[in-house]
Amino acid sequence: MIGFIFRRVLQGLLVLFVLYTLSFFLIKALPGDAFTTEKAMSPEAKEEQMKRFGLDKPWVIQYGLRLQRLLLQQDLGISPKKNRKVSLILQQSFPASVVLGLNAFLVACVIGIPLGIFSAVRKNTWVDYASMGFAMIGICVAAFIIGPLLQTQVAMRLPAFKVAGWDNPVDWILPAITLGLAPAAYLARLTRGGMLEVLGQDFVRTAQAKGVPPLTIITRHTLRGGLIPSVAYLGPAFAYLISGSFVVETIFQVPGMGRHFIDATIDRDEDLLLGCVLYYGFLIVILNLVSDIIQASLNPRLRESL
Amino acid sequence: MADTSTVTEKGTSLWRDAWLRLRKNKVAVVSGVFLIVMFLLCFVAAWFTGDPNEQDLANKFAAVGSSSENIQQVRQDDGSSIKETRTLLHLLGTDQMGRDLLSRILFGGQVSLLVGLIATSVAFVIGISYGAISGYAGGRADAIMMRAVDTLYAIPFLVLVILLQEVLSGSTSEVATWLVKHWKFPDETTHRLANILPLFLAIGALGWLTLARITRSQILSLKQQEFAQAAISLGLSPSRILFRHLIPNTLGPAIVYVTLTIPSFIMYEATLSFLGLGIKAPDSSWGVLIKDGANYMETQPMLLILPALFFTTTLFALNFLGDGLRDALDPKAAKD
Repeated sequence: MIGFIFRRVLQGLLVLFVLYTLSFFLIKALPGDAFTTEKAMSPEAKEEQMKRFGLDKPWVIQYGLRLQRLLLQQDLGISPKKNRKVSLILQQSFPASVVLGLNAFLVACVIGIPLGIFSAVRKNTWVDYASMGFAMIGICVAAFIIGPLLQTQVAMRLPAFKVAGWDNPVDWILPAITLGLAPAAYLARLTRGGMLEVLGQDFVRTAQAKGVPPLTIITRHTLRGGLIPSVAYLGPAFAYLISGSFVVETIFQVPGMGRHFIDATIDRDEDLLLGCVLYYGFLIVILNLVSDIIQASLNPRLRESL
Repeated sequence: MADTSTVTEKGTSLWRDAWLRLRKNKVAVVSGVFLIVMFLLCFVAAWFTGDPNEQDLANKFAAVGSSSENIQQVRQDDGSSIKETRTLLHLLGTDQMGRDLLSRILFGGQVSLLVGLIATSVAFVIGISYGAISGYAGGRADAIMMRAVDTLYAIPFLVLVILLQEVLSGSTSEVATWLVKHWKFPDETTHRLANILPLFLAIGALGWLTLARITRSQILSLKQQEFAQAAISLGLSPSRILFRHLIPNTLGPAIVYVTLTIPSFIMYEATLSFLGLGIKAPDSSWGVLIKDGANYMETQPMLLILPALFFTTTLFALNFLGDGLRDALDPKAAKD
């Protein structure tokens, strides 16, 4: 197990390195630079600015210098657009994004997993059809439609909710629902599939024949195996939450990292963009590792093969 | 996997069986018909709805089903101008700049549906070839190629799509200018294509990972089977074995997977366009229209609801059709 974790951490570091390199050269290949949109800037002033941020050197040297700065000083550089340290910008916007992501994840689990279990246990009844119909809605109705609908139909009618803003925990609810609905739908489908698979096995029939109460059969005998596909989905789910958070943060004006990432792309703000990419990559690597460990602890067969 | 109880005189094939099963699935059939209608609406009927970018600021936010009198100054040969009145019917009303919403939705639909087709084809070609080569080569080459896929898997997809799209858009517009200049390509169409193509290519160029995995595992088991061994011992060239014998047998699962990626690619395009990073004016897509509509949702809810309706129903139909295809092609995996 420890060897497995060690290998995955090494692999994660490799992923981050590839991601950093790939993004660096992609960013360098982007048309325009951080000062293109700046109005009325003389060529001399621009040159001076480029020199100040080290943007005048050849790409490969810039890449080397950045990597050196990142590894030796843990420094992500300065954003020329916002004139602040990238690490500071990320530090300030990170909490809102994490809170949003965690809440959305909670919404997904609380809605998705029970729905999947119910529809598997009550297969081919109206409970099943209603749950799976709901799941289809969650998959097909995009967050950027649900968000505005919640704003007009809920936030503008109920005084407790705000259309946009991020001041107290009540403001967390609508964005979390908007972001969490799609993963909830996928979770419901995967949980249903996983549960059906296990419920059809002989040991469940034996338990039923022995007269074990239905609830115990579900909680003690099937849940563990039935949830394996859902746990395997965790990795992709986190990736979805990150990209989905761009949209939700925009709709509800959450002061998170998504806005910075989009701004940085439009502004060609290289260091900020690289910082964001690295942060996202880091999150995904960590969360994938967590998902793998949970999977291994749920599934003994997988654990032995590690 | 042929169902032996329904052997007909003609014999039956996987595809024929699948078609018969699919036809029995009412939801899938309705979805298929709906998609055909949507296609015809966007690619044929759209051309009869007028110019999606024609503004008429006197007729902002016209109601659904209303018509407007459009007065235009027409300059005559002798220099004087007369006013000419045209009556325009706005079946779905007009938007914040007085543009006909139906026309905008149908032309926007062209982009959204094309994303599904083009990006998916790109992903299909890359994914199948990559997976097949990796699986067929085996050994160290296979290990390296699959580690590369693992690495790309761990990278946030949308982040790379955004970057790649921006990079590609520089080169496609250069290519378009060059084509227009030297090869007399039609100016407007070429630039329009150059405007939307980068996003399609970027999504396709990064969306092939799962397909490569599926194809690889298929090839790994196929290459052990007698017909493949026979082809190898006959001394056929590797490319012939791959493309004539092995790949055709992997298409079933690949097609199932691909039909289910079409809606997700359409969703990616709309998400990016909603963020202002995808399709740019003067072109539009359903994502752009929904974004525009969301700005006026308090006073003019129809501007949000109508494009959202087209977008969502299309996604529903694609997903239902995909599910139906999966059940038809792989009856074992179908829910019992």
